[in-house]
Amino acid sequence: MAEFLSLQSAIATHVHDGDVVALEGFTHLIPFAAGHEIIRQRRRDLTLVRLTPDLVCDQLIGAGCARKLVFSWGGNPGVGSLHRFRDAVEHEWPRPLELDEHTHAGLANRFVAGASNLPFAVVRAYAGTDAVAHSSTVATITCPFTGEILAAVAALRPDVTIIHAQQADRAGNVRLWGITGVQKESVLAASRSIVTVEEIVDAFHDDRNAVVLPSWTVTAIAHVPGGCYPSYAAGYSERDNDYYEAWDDLSRDRAVFEDWLEHQVYEQGAVR
Amino acid sequence: MSEFSTDEIMTIAASRELTGARSCFVGIGLPSIAANLARSLHAPGLVLVYESGTVGAKPTRLPLSIGDGELARTADVVVSVPEIFNYWLQPGRIEVGMLGAAQVDRFANLNTTVIGSYDHPKVRLPGAGGAPEIASACPRSIIVMRQSKRTFVDELDYVTTIGFGNGAGARSRLGMPGAGPRVLISDLGIFRPDPLTFEMTLTALHPGTSVDEVRDATGWTLAVSDDLVETPEPTDEELVFLRRLHGASSAAAKD
Repeated sequence: MAEFLSLQSAIATHVHDGDVVALEGFTHLIPFAAGHEIIRQRRRDLTLVRLTPDLVCDQLIGAGCARKLVFSWGGNPGVGSLHRFRDAVEHEWPRPLELDEHTHAGLANRFVAGASNLPFAVVRAYAGTDAVAHSSTVATITCPFTGEILAAVAALRPDVTIIHAQQADRAGNVRLWGITGVQKESVLAASRSIVTVEEIVDAFHDDRNAVVLPSWTVTAIAHVPGGCYPSYAAGYSERDNDYYEAWDDLSRDRAVFEDWLEHQVYEQGAVR
Repeated sequence: MSEFSTDEIMTIAASRELTGARSCFVGIGLPSIAANLARSLHAPGLVLVYESGTVGAKPTRLPLSIGDGELARTADVVVSVPEIFNYWLQPGRIEVGMLGAAQVDRFANLNTTVIGSYDHPKVRLPGAGGAPEIASACPRSIIVMRQSKRTFVDELDYVTTIGFGNGAGARSRLGMPGAGPRVLISDLGIFRPDPLTFEMTLTALHPGTSVDEVRDATGWTLAVSDDLVETPEPTDEELVFLRRLHGASSAAAKD
């Protein structure tokens, strides 16, 4: 059953140096507060996994938490580059960053295989591309029924997956709706999971279509209202597009970024 | 006729390619602008599908990201990322794919991964995203990108997404179900695959450009169609709708 913890305890207990850590949320419900807590607790040598390693991964990479990034699209959506990610790849600052990159479908299906306890998933679009030569988690296979040549992508099983959701009930069941990305698959694929939530409610009331993660599939829940800012939680907040645009300038220069890190992350108290 | 920019004629030409289309898988940036313009003008009822899982989104302003709240609020249905790719894109249910890229070659293969070598890139780009599946599975695709010798290259620094591979027959050898890029639209002109060689061939010049200008901005020996035409100038209506979309977008950013 899910345990209710402070964010500080949840990260301290369940995220360790060297872990494979998935942070999911496709533009919506991105677990920023949890990312900042990982930075504050100075975790190192993490393998970060995220389809769209946007600002949250840029911050973790710039802070020196990551050894490796597993991803499918690394940009600032609608704005441009992720400068800390680029600096790490192009200039090894603050440390070298190993990459394992996939297509969105490839990485999403790696989570599906992990959640399904299968060794791999099957996709089509890798044939002829340079991705095959640059990843050890893609291989070419032949369909045993039709003879068709396909790509196999290895199952992904993170040590811990971290997501943000709109609600948990008092029994520790988690509910999220709107754009739900690959959160369900990434939680079910992981050994442990941490969910930060906007609100803890007595019971889930309406019956609109939503993803529900039963309490026994979640390791820890932390009540962190606004924990996905500057992304958003449908029904609770709006995406702060200005912040995404401002990040472009703020993250371009190492010293400006380090100043941001000092004041906006390290000097901020842990969330409860 | 109003004055118009090269970006405007490119976007408008791309939106015209969606005339009569039923559904379009949309990336952010130029493709999103063109698809939204088409839904206003050339393809009413066009079903816009974004990789965030929003099927049938009807934004009234240009979204900044593929996961903006308005896309989800106005969608017919919102599905998960595995579902959008596995059940909707891969079977070819989405008729047209709209793509951009940093580099394109003569066979409409695309690079969105690195400039320079993979291990020590000069510029690290975002990577594949949904483009390889979109270009593989959609019955047809449209590529929109600004043209120069740095973007229209003889050899890609990295092959992220297959257009026509190394030419005739490559798509079926590689197991790509869709027919591939139907058109490549730049700020200078329009290119379509040669029916035999599948090399992208200049078939239309935008108003005010010359073949020499296009040749100078192409990194391979340019093939020019015998039936070269001029892209019709933007209509006032097209320009008004396009500028209204942009205006609504920049106003939204100030909310």
